[in-house]
Amino acid sequence: MPSNKSVSDAPITQFINCRILREHQLQRDDLWVREGKILDPEKLFFDEQGYADKRVDCEGSIIAPGFIDVQINGGYGIDFSQACEDVCSGVSFVAKKILEHGVTSFCPTLVTSPPAVYHKVLPQVKVHNGGSHGAGVLGFHLEGPFISLEKKGAHPAQFLRPFKSGDISDLMEAYGSLDNVAMVTLAPELANSQSVVRELSQRGITVSLGHSVANLSQAEDAVKHGATFITHLFNAMLPFHHRDPGIVGLLTSDQVPAGRTVYYGMIADGIHTNPAALRIAHRAHPSGCENRTGRLVLVTDAITAMGLPPGRHTLGQQVIEIQGLHAYVAGTTTLCGSIATMDMCVRHFKQASGCSVEEALEAASLHPAQLLGISNKKGNLDYGSDADLLLLDEALNIKATYISGEEVWRKEP
Amino acid sequence: MRLVILDDYNLASEWAAKYIRNRIIQFKPSADRYFTLGLPTGSTPYGCYQKLIEYYRNGDISFKYVKTFNMDEYVGLPRAHPESYHSYMWNNFFKHIDIDPANAHILDGNAEDLEAECRAYEQKIAGAGGIELFVGGIGPDGHIAFNEPGSSLVSRTRVKTLAKDTIVANARFFGNNLSKVPTMALTVGVGTVMDAKEVMILITGAHKAFALYKAIEEGVNHMWTVSAFQQHPRTIFVCDEDATLELRVKTVKYFKGLMHVHNKLVDPVLSIKDQ
Repeated sequence: MPSNKSVSDAPITQFINCRILREHQLQRDDLWVREGKILDPEKLFFDEQGYADKRVDCEGSIIAPGFIDVQINGGYGIDFSQACEDVCSGVSFVAKKILEHGVTSFCPTLVTSPPAVYHKVLPQVKVHNGGSHGAGVLGFHLEGPFISLEKKGAHPAQFLRPFKSGDISDLMEAYGSLDNVAMVTLAPELANSQSVVRELSQRGITVSLGHSVANLSQAEDAVKHGATFITHLFNAMLPFHHRDPGIVGLLTSDQVPAGRTVYYGMIADGIHTNPAALRIAHRAHPSGCENRTGRLVLVTDAITAMGLPPGRHTLGQQVIEIQGLHAYVAGTTTLCGSIATMDMCVRHFKQASGCSVEEALEAASLHPAQLLGISNKKGNLDYGSDADLLLLDEALNIKATYISGEEVWRKEP
Repeated sequence: MRLVILDDYNLASEWAAKYIRNRIIQFKPSADRYFTLGLPTGSTPYGCYQKLIEYYRNGDISFKYVKTFNMDEYVGLPRAHPESYHSYMWNNFFKHIDIDPANAHILDGNAEDLEAECRAYEQKIAGAGGIELFVGGIGPDGHIAFNEPGSSLVSRTRVKTLAKDTIVANARFFGNNLSKVPTMALTVGVGTVMDAKEVMILITGAHKAFALYKAIEEGVNHMWTVSAFQQHPRTIFVCDEDATLELRVKTVKYFKGLMHVHNKLVDPVLSIKDQ
């Protein structure tokens, strides 16, 4: 049929024979894409009298929005925190590899490092879109150095810092620039932290609480000042106590300002959190409830060794050791990050929590997009959103990855 | 007229779909000669649309050379509203078949100049060579399309204010909130439908029984506009048992006795695979 589309001549792709994640449900419907965005086929039909140029038969697959990983320290031998001359190529290398795990956008994460490292690394990697070259970079996640000594985990103690004045100078001294930064994890019990939280929030940078010994009211205070995320819930914070639940208590706190959502990151690799704890966190906020104050975000917290064989590798300024699916600070039993991939986390989360397919997929796509304030174009399959999508089978294995409507990875048959 | 009575809604829907299928295939439409089909909306034709989609999916029919003209559309309801007739047709029919979007015509209830829109619609129908088969339904007040009681039986496409009965009947689509139901609509006229070569009216359900009685057993009356089709040379009424509840036993027996003749229209059912 001759094409007489009036808005654009760009080719239109129609994904058929699929179930798409829309409005929190898997629906049997076709998905239309044009110029890298999800297209409204009804508008196309009536306004433009247009139709598809190309049909992709998904053979019954699930189509979900691409996963967004807001905490990933490296992988495949690359360590983002290393002050190498060419951080760009390291980030690009990992960006390309994680397409296989369904990640279409991510926040390269830097653990606590000396100022020299931040000053060198941060300006090198700009926020940019993904494509066949790899997943898109949404900005850095700076995990530290303003964290608690007692809860440093695998971070090097000698580079931890306090807030001297609580204003922008503390951040500039440590980081050099905030231009390519999407998120900062800090410990809210540190003196002068409130003004820093406000400063960062006002700049549109997500503030996350983690590696902290804060009590509940300190955490609530930070939320009032603008914090919206909890870095790897349960890990590197005080355990839940019935008289002071600490940061964990934010899940059910009644002090969260109206209309605000607190998101919590979880490493659902089966190691960092006992499945029972995962279920407690998840059940504190079963999904479907619009005005809940907590929403789960799956993160990998993947380290250099993700994708590599067992043995010793470097992370930040320290050495780590891989044993099976565990990664320890060498010579200790302190976990220093995960080597599970994002799709493994999604599958494990579904299996351990008993949640629905839709909830598991949204925890890795919609919720991180909402957390970062980019859900107007990412993390969902709404009309007008970027066509970053995944074809998955029933068991949530990735069959193919698309960025801006273009296939960027397909599983070998 | 032909009064085709099937046992239930599903059988009535299927009979109607088969009839439409056979008519299109027998017509042998092509790029030079399109089959023009008039279409209704609402819960009555839903089953018929489902069957037509099934026939398309099985490869037995194609809508490539079919032009459609819907009967009506609300005035002032955004086209993307889930209850607009554009949405209905997209979700329940167009998106599932191979019709060329340029050939799917629906009145635009948000046009700047509603009267010009209506005139243009009449011209489009004329330009397409007239309607080969106009499929319609009946309201509980006996109306065809939105030709409410009192509509001229020779009316053309125009703006109509909806009757209370119609608004009440449609409230269930607007959360049972009467204030949310549109009060005006653009509709083809009784005369417009009468111009079609053939008219098929689908009537199912006990709540339509009285309207059917008024339409076929009483006189031609502008208070029951479907009655106008008593004066059309080729009308088929397809209904289920429940819709016949207000008819005389004699009428029902007569037409049931003719089912073997009626069924020749749908048996054998044709397929483009055989062409």
